[in-house]
Amino acid sequence: MAAIELRNVTKKFATADGGTYTALKDLSLTVEEGQFCAVVGPTGCGKSTTLTLVSGLERPSRGEAFVHGQEVNGIETGTGFVFQQDAVFPWRSVLDNVAAGPIYRGKDRGEATTLARDWLRRVGLSGFEDRFPHQLSGGMRKRVALAQTLINEPRILLMDEPFSALDVQTRAIMSTELLHLWDQTKPAVVFVTHDLEEAIALADKVVVLTAGPGTVKAEFEIDLPRPRVVQEIRFDPRFIELYEQIWEALRAEVAEAYDRTTRSAVAS
Amino acid sequence: MNDVSSIHGAQDSTTFDAMAAQAGPTPVNPAGVASARRRAPRGTRRRLTLAGVRLGIVAVALALWQLCVHAKIVDPFFWGEPKGVWQTLIDWFTVGTSQGSLGQQVIITLEEAVMGFVIGSILGIVCGIALGRVAVLSEIFGPFLKAANSIPRIILGSIFTVAFGFGIQSKVILAVVLVFFGVFFNAYQGSREVDRNLIANARLLGASRWQVTRDVVLPSAFTWILASLHISFGFALIGALVGEILGANQGLGLLIRSSQNNFDMNGVLAGMVLVAVIALTAEGLITLLERRLLRWRPPQTHGGAAVQ
Repeated sequence: MAAIELRNVTKKFATADGGTYTALKDLSLTVEEGQFCAVVGPTGCGKSTTLTLVSGLERPSRGEAFVHGQEVNGIETGTGFVFQQDAVFPWRSVLDNVAAGPIYRGKDRGEATTLARDWLRRVGLSGFEDRFPHQLSGGMRKRVALAQTLINEPRILLMDEPFSALDVQTRAIMSTELLHLWDQTKPAVVFVTHDLEEAIALADKVVVLTAGPGTVKAEFEIDLPRPRVVQEIRFDPRFIELYEQIWEALRAEVAEAYDRTTRSAVAS
Repeated sequence: MNDVSSIHGAQDSTTFDAMAAQAGPTPVNPAGVASARRRAPRGTRRRLTLAGVRLGIVAVALALWQLCVHAKIVDPFFWGEPKGVWQTLIDWFTVGTSQGSLGQQVIITLEEAVMGFVIGSILGIVCGIALGRVAVLSEIFGPFLKAANSIPRIILGSIFTVAFGFGIQSKVILAVVLVFFGVFFNAYQGSREVDRNLIANARLLGASRWQVTRDVVLPSAFTWILASLHISFGFALIGALVGEILGANQGLGLLIRSSQNNFDMNGVLAGMVLVAVIALTAEGLITLLERRLLRWRPPQTHGGAAVQ
């Protein structure tokens, strides 16, 4: 049984002017237990929408979403979600942010705090327990978000361009750390990104979506050995080979999406 | 992993210190404190000079007023005079007022204003957040609240005085009515403006609807609510005073009213001075509360500090 399965899902949104916008069309995607799947595609192809369907934040207009064989019906609390923007609570200290999940799930405060301290140590934030998020750098806030999500030991981890706001160096370091953390509990991951290099470096499987409305254009198995060091793997000959293959599939879609934005810019 | 993370941690903590140093004049971090201490003497001198200039302006204005009275340009019968206002205040403090000791009048008015403020604010916050969170409630009650907000509610004071009498009750109710709407609309707006991501995150972490309201919506709406509290204490004070002017047996409003009846403009102005002192003190306390409750925000957004 697959950890995540999207079966022919279509998602339409109502637009402000009364029309409908189709974000996803007839998309099917399967992620196995413990598999790291990266989804790449041009801007506006509905990458993030796939995550909201798996997490239950949105329902598909057509088709079905399954998690561990169960149809997704409302918010899936067994699912971890790391957002693109900061979604840590700015009015809570770092420790209280990380302890939030266990408390919501019924642990008592003391137990949750002990667990939160342990997770802060694992993401390298010991000593910052009492800070507020605004007192941290962007990379540190991301690590708070990771600890906040991973402390619940989700079997499904959804990540929506989590590192896109970070500088290149921090991003590579965070990616390596993410792989290490993932290795400890091995959840099934869907990692959405527009960065092909990041996708190949992290994933077991890269899925290329078409320019919106998004549907699966091609899937690629990434057979690079683990453990990987994200900062260095891009020099591996096999990496370059894979990159060229996947880029071939992605290029046309990126050009198409870009064309559309320039055309609509001229039209408006 | 541990190696990577500790190196990374060190790297991040240096950027963090650099950030703190940049934060400058309102530091929250140890690194910033040192630089602020170096600047402190100049800041203090500047503040003293500013206070001196302000005091000078007040002194000049009062002196001009008094001079105009002496030159017979301003008639003190209609407009009062600083010397007379001062004398009245001294009399009230030492001898007491026509209706009992001054302290008693101040306490009565304060009691009415504070009770009205607290009850009105709590009602406003509870109703505002309830309507902001539950769409059906705002669909049903929205139009009523808009209509109620558009009528001049101060007139209700006449009804309350007749219905609830000359005691403190009618004033408290008038203050509640005045305070409620300001707080309500801000709490409502604040609870609608909460970052969708934060709510989604809390739900996914396992929070129930009530926990989302308590832990996400309420703290987020507090930036809006606190802004309205500053004005609301003023409204509460107006409610208490107008209530007393309309009919009371004690309080600062009554003191002002009886001064007016005796054509004693110095008494009216002295009452005004006392009310202003109360309002400014309350404003200071609310600012302290704001600092405490919003200490999680980055320092540069504490806009109020610049005006202090």
